[in-house]
Amino acid sequence: MEKQTVNVNINGVDCEVLAGQNVLEACRSVGVEIPYFCYHPNLQVAGSCRMCLIYTGMPARDRATGELLKNDDGTVKIAFAPKPSIACGTKVAEGMHIITNSKEVENCRKAVIEFLLLNHPLDCPICDKAGECKLQEYAHKYGNAESRFVENKNVKPKRVEVAGKIIMDSERCIECSRCIRFCREFIGRDIFGFTKRGSKTEISVYPGGDNDSNYLLNVVDGCPVGALTEKAFRFQMRTWFLKATKSICAESSAGVNTRVWSREGKIYRITPRRNQAVNETWMSDSGRYIYRRFEQKNRLSVPRIDSSPCELQYAIDRCMEIMKLGNIAIVANAWQTVEEQFVIAELAKACGAKVHMVSHLGEDDGKLVSADRTPNMRGAFVTGLVKEYPKADLRGLAESVRAGEVKTVLCFREDLNDLGFEPKDFKAANIIYCGALENSTSQIAKICVPMRGEFEKYGMWINRQFRIQRFEKAVEAPKDTISDISFLLTVLRDVSKQSFAMPSISEVRKRMCAEIPALKGCENVGDEGKLIDASAFADIDFPESDAMHYTKKNPQTEASARESETK
Amino acid sequence: MAIVVERKSPTLLERTYLPQIVSGLFITFKNIFKPRVTLQYPDQPPVLPKGYRGAPTLVRDSEGREKCVSCQLCEFVCPSKAIRVTPGEISPDSPYAYIEKAPKEFKIDMSRCIFCGMCEEACPEKAIVLQNEFSINAATRAGLVRNKQALYAAGGVMPDRIKKWKKVKDNSEFGRKH
Repeated sequence: MEKQTVNVNINGVDCEVLAGQNVLEACRSVGVEIPYFCYHPNLQVAGSCRMCLIYTGMPARDRATGELLKNDDGTVKIAFAPKPSIACGTKVAEGMHIITNSKEVENCRKAVIEFLLLNHPLDCPICDKAGECKLQEYAHKYGNAESRFVENKNVKPKRVEVAGKIIMDSERCIECSRCIRFCREFIGRDIFGFTKRGSKTEISVYPGGDNDSNYLLNVVDGCPVGALTEKAFRFQMRTWFLKATKSICAESSAGVNTRVWSREGKIYRITPRRNQAVNETWMSDSGRYIYRRFEQKNRLSVPRIDSSPCELQYAIDRCMEIMKLGNIAIVANAWQTVEEQFVIAELAKACGAKVHMVSHLGEDDGKLVSADRTPNMRGAFVTGLVKEYPKADLRGLAESVRAGEVKTVLCFREDLNDLGFEPKDFKAANIIYCGALENSTSQIAKICVPMRGEFEKYGMWINRQFRIQRFEKAVEAPKDTISDISFLLTVLRDVSKQSFAMPSISEVRKRMCAEIPALKGCENVGDEGKLIDASAFADIDFPESDAMHYTKKNPQTEASARESETK
Repeated sequence: MAIVVERKSPTLLERTYLPQIVSGLFITFKNIFKPRVTLQYPDQPPVLPKGYRGAPTLVRDSEGREKCVSCQLCEFVCPSKAIRVTPGEISPDSPYAYIEKAPKEFKIDMSRCIFCGMCEEACPEKAIVLQNEFSINAATRAGLVRNKQALYAAGGVMPDRIKKWKKVKDNSEFGRKH
């Protein structure tokens, strides 16, 4: 469907912008920046900061005849509004003239910044927001270098803890009301609110009661200043040292787009990344801390054979020897990338193995934490690893081990002990454990190969909407670990006695996209991801319930309707 | 075509080296009795000019409070990556709790430092100062990495002119509370 557009004139240049947009978005779409604090694309317009003041005007018409008035030189006369208006609260209209760069607009911005800074504590050296603070940026760009304020600043509550995960500093607050609007509109409950009036207005939390929510930390990302800071990240690292990597949240099949912030191989925080069709601008609090799974004490970093450490190459060679004996079962998982699952499917074909998978279910919150707590179960369907939704345990596999039908189990990440295996089954078959984390299976497995975690590799995942999304490698893996893909390719080369020309993930991806019809043209998906054809899986009963940008019945229509909104 | 330059063979006197030794010793003895022109360095300390950039140190204010708030701007600006700050929080029970932030650890690798003074220039608190120490030595490489304690010991006290944090404190006590 063709989108409706209107013609506007921005700073003397005629432009065509989408109809129904506000002036701020329209200007941004043609590359004209308008500063703002309180506006947020996914929240209602409040118009409380007044930073986006601009001048607008419409062609003047004769009141009696309705004809366009002309200037003396024959050009259309523009009747500008006598006072500036806010760009976030003004919709574009056909023929509108917008001025964002005049002396008056500059003065407006300068005055707004001066007012905002009157009672702002100017403690940037100790403020965690410094470096990504809008007030800091705009004060540099539009403000005065010196303060004319000589009185004492207002005193407001500082260092107030909110729900055990946010530190609130009311002195830094510029009363943009983004946090209030977020809680009201997204969480559906009032948590923050303004108290007192005038210059004494302060942001406060509703006293007593339960102010917690699994989405509360989004107000920290939304806060344009340092009034709300994350307790876990407080005073850990300045933001300018951190490297942001585009990633996808591994918490659930919602496929939330994230940024992983790391320095020198250490992850400090995870924040959401805007994808209007998936997570808008939000993510769950529980998803922000999944990097802690890979902390040192749980990390598997030494290859082992029969519980004694060995060289990585030796462990891999032993794996291949055992694999030659046949009667193999592969336990794949849905944290593996689509590329890895594709190679597993090839490997299973080459050695006649059956692929088993386990479902990891949790509670669906109807927003961004879905019932399926794995990021890539759809990938297993697309690559053909599974035909129907897997069960929550591996009793069937354990039975066949006991019956002697399976001699070798190549297990990726899953903890067999929890899934129906008994200690004696570990003697009955050769268990090869490949994973990034230590668990009870890795302790007793015959061979234990350390792999890379979600933050240490790159690849693609398919979320609940059947949207394929790419994630990048955030940190380096410890030495003596091997990436799933190189391990799988090494084994595959050995088992199939073929020299595959698949040295890298991009080669695998190219071949995968050529072989699987649904993934056609997915070699290079953009930041928004790409919806793939899911008609083949329409009758599979997925556990997710209706949620944000996802309907169980028809995941694709809802998702593609939102797609056009993303810029 | 090579040109052969014929060398004069030294005379007998020259071959004894005696005239050279005697004339050299003559210059030596002549200078023994003249006034000294060089600085007798280890015995005599040099007079350092004002604004000399020696070893970077951390300083305290006149109350003995550590000035550094671990903003890590010195770490960011340091061209030789000699500085490493681990930020920390001041506990709410401390008399300086209103400052909120202080370094948990502060390390400067003196073997990396190039004494450029960028850290001093970047510091918003005037907490890091390049002082007069210029002879920095240790038996090991690790010994050249100074920790927070050593940096404060070398820095001493440098009173504040502006007293920014005192203003903040006074304001929070007597200011416009509502």
